[in-house]
Amino acid sequence: MSFAEVTLELLKGFAVTCQLFILTLVLALPLGLIIAFGSMSRFLPLKYVTKAFVWVIRGTPLMLQVIAVFYVPGLVFDLPMSSRMLAVLIAFVINYACYFSEIYRGGIESISKGQYEAGQVLGLTKTQIFFKIVLFQVIKRIIPPMSNEIITLVKDTSLARIIAVEELTRLSQDIVNVYGIVWPLFYAGAFYLVFNGLLSVLLSWVEKKMDFYKG
Amino acid sequence: MAFLEVKGIKKNYGSLQVLKGIDFSLQKGEVLAIIGSSGSGKTTLLRCLNMLEIPSEGSFYLDGELIYDAVRHVKANDSELRKKRLHFGLVFQNFNLFPQYNVKQNIMLAPKLLRKKVVSAAKKDLRKKKLNVVFYPLRGSKKNFYNLLKEEKNKLLSEEKYFAEKLSSQAEELLAGVGLSDKATAYPCQLSGGQSQRVAIARALALEPDVLCFDEPTSALDPELTGEVLKVIRGLKSSSRTMIVVTHEMDFARSVADKVIFMADGVIEEEGTPEEVFGNPKSEKTKAFLLKAEDRI
Ligand SMILES: Nc1ncnc2c1ncn2[C@@H]1O[C@H](COP(=O)(O)OP(=O)(O)O)[C@@H](O)[C@H]1O
Ligand SMILES: [Mg+2]
Repeated sequence: MSFAEVTLELLKGFAVTCQLFILTLVLALPLGLIIAFGSMSRFLPLKYVTKAFVWVIRGTPLMLQVIAVFYVPGLVFDLPMSSRMLAVLIAFVINYACYFSEIYRGGIESISKGQYEAGQVLGLTKTQIFFKIVLFQVIKRIIPPMSNEIITLVKDTSLARIIAVEELTRLSQDIVNVYGIVWPLFYAGAFYLVFNGLLSVLLSWVEKKMDFYKG
Repeated sequence: MAFLEVKGIKKNYGSLQVLKGIDFSLQKGEVLAIIGSSGSGKTTLLRCLNMLEIPSEGSFYLDGELIYDAVRHVKANDSELRKKRLHFGLVFQNFNLFPQYNVKQNIMLAPKLLRKKVVSAAKKDLRKKKLNVVFYPLRGSKKNFYNLLKEEKNKLLSEEKYFAEKLSSQAEELLAGVGLSDKATAYPCQLSGGQSQRVAIARALALEPDVLCFDEPTSALDPELTGEVLKVIRGLKSSSRTMIVVTHEMDFARSVADKVIFMADGVIEEEGTPEEVFGNPKSEKTKAFLLKAEDRI
């Protein structure tokens, strides 16, 4: 297989990888916030159910969750998963939303009570206080841990190969199997490296942008 | 009836009784200084007035209007609570400025958001009128109707613009009032403690509260910075501005207050004019407290 052919094949896989990465991020970021609210709820049953759920998701391997989401509907409820990609996406979104929720929770709980009270005595509603005062401070504080998770997500997308989703790692592995050449593996690694490199630059730019104030 | 009437305020945290029945009244334009050792319930009292805490018992009235009554208090809805709360302002011991907004934005944030509620209601109204045309036949000419709508919309827009300009100049005036005109675009992290507290005062004043409360406004400051804050508070005294200041600055309380309350263990141990409380205290507890306070200086 020529370099150009391998490149084309890997680009196909990279497209799937990017798709999985972006969709997971776009869906898991807001879902994580909702889960965070659940785990901080004053309604105790909701709080404990959410916390238990997060505990289970964070305590078991993502790979196992991917397999479970793909097979359980078909084998247990007789509703087979129509799409492998969908199964992976569901597993990834839930998994990452749980990780994100813990980061959000840490961020929200780190904001002092005084910020809320200052908003309250100024006559603001709870919603206004959250969105106009608290949220921005939370975002600034959680960008470093979020960046870590986001970089990890790029690499985790390779787990999708376990149920034969044709992402970057899977396709490079296929080439190795069929043609007996090893270098496409390293080539695929370069794709991840470059992608993560660009992401790091972007994320640290955002971090800098928010550095106009301390605290 | 006095401007502010506080009657029998009690506050429990579980079995801990923090306020055991506080009564006092205040005339418009008066300054009340509250002194007392730490843990006596001063902060809790201010928090009750500002409804950061719900009093367990008691009531208070402002200008004849009932603000809160524990007996009649059926879980007030949020907007009602906020409206009543706006009669009071509170300056915190540790400022609580919003770090991501600059000084001027800190001052304008709340007035802006409160205004937004009004404007969005008006806008909704306008949209409804427009929609109604679809369902109900118009009397009179269509053109006329749309012209009218347009006029209303323009009026709203120009009012908006006027409000924004007025708010901006009001914020600048307030900043000048606390001597920080040059800090309008600075962020809270770039200010000294004294400057931060002066911004916090300007922020509270922007909503024009009927009663402005200060909870130990200088306790978090380095000694050399307390003067500038006290000077600002002193300058706020006027016939229309009613203030309650919790403070450990006895000289300040003595010279600014029209009325002094000494609190001990959740009750008012002694109250009167500064001359009475400082010059001729009747209670043993007050005497002991004042002696100790003198020692500290
Ligand atoms: N949220 C709370 N829960 C339980 N106890 C509290 C709470 N807030 C204040 N207290 C107690 O109430 C008492 C009075 O506190 P505070 O009003 O802050 O006094 P001061 O401002 O005069 O120092 C203290 O003993 C304090 O421990
Ligand atoms: Mg206190």
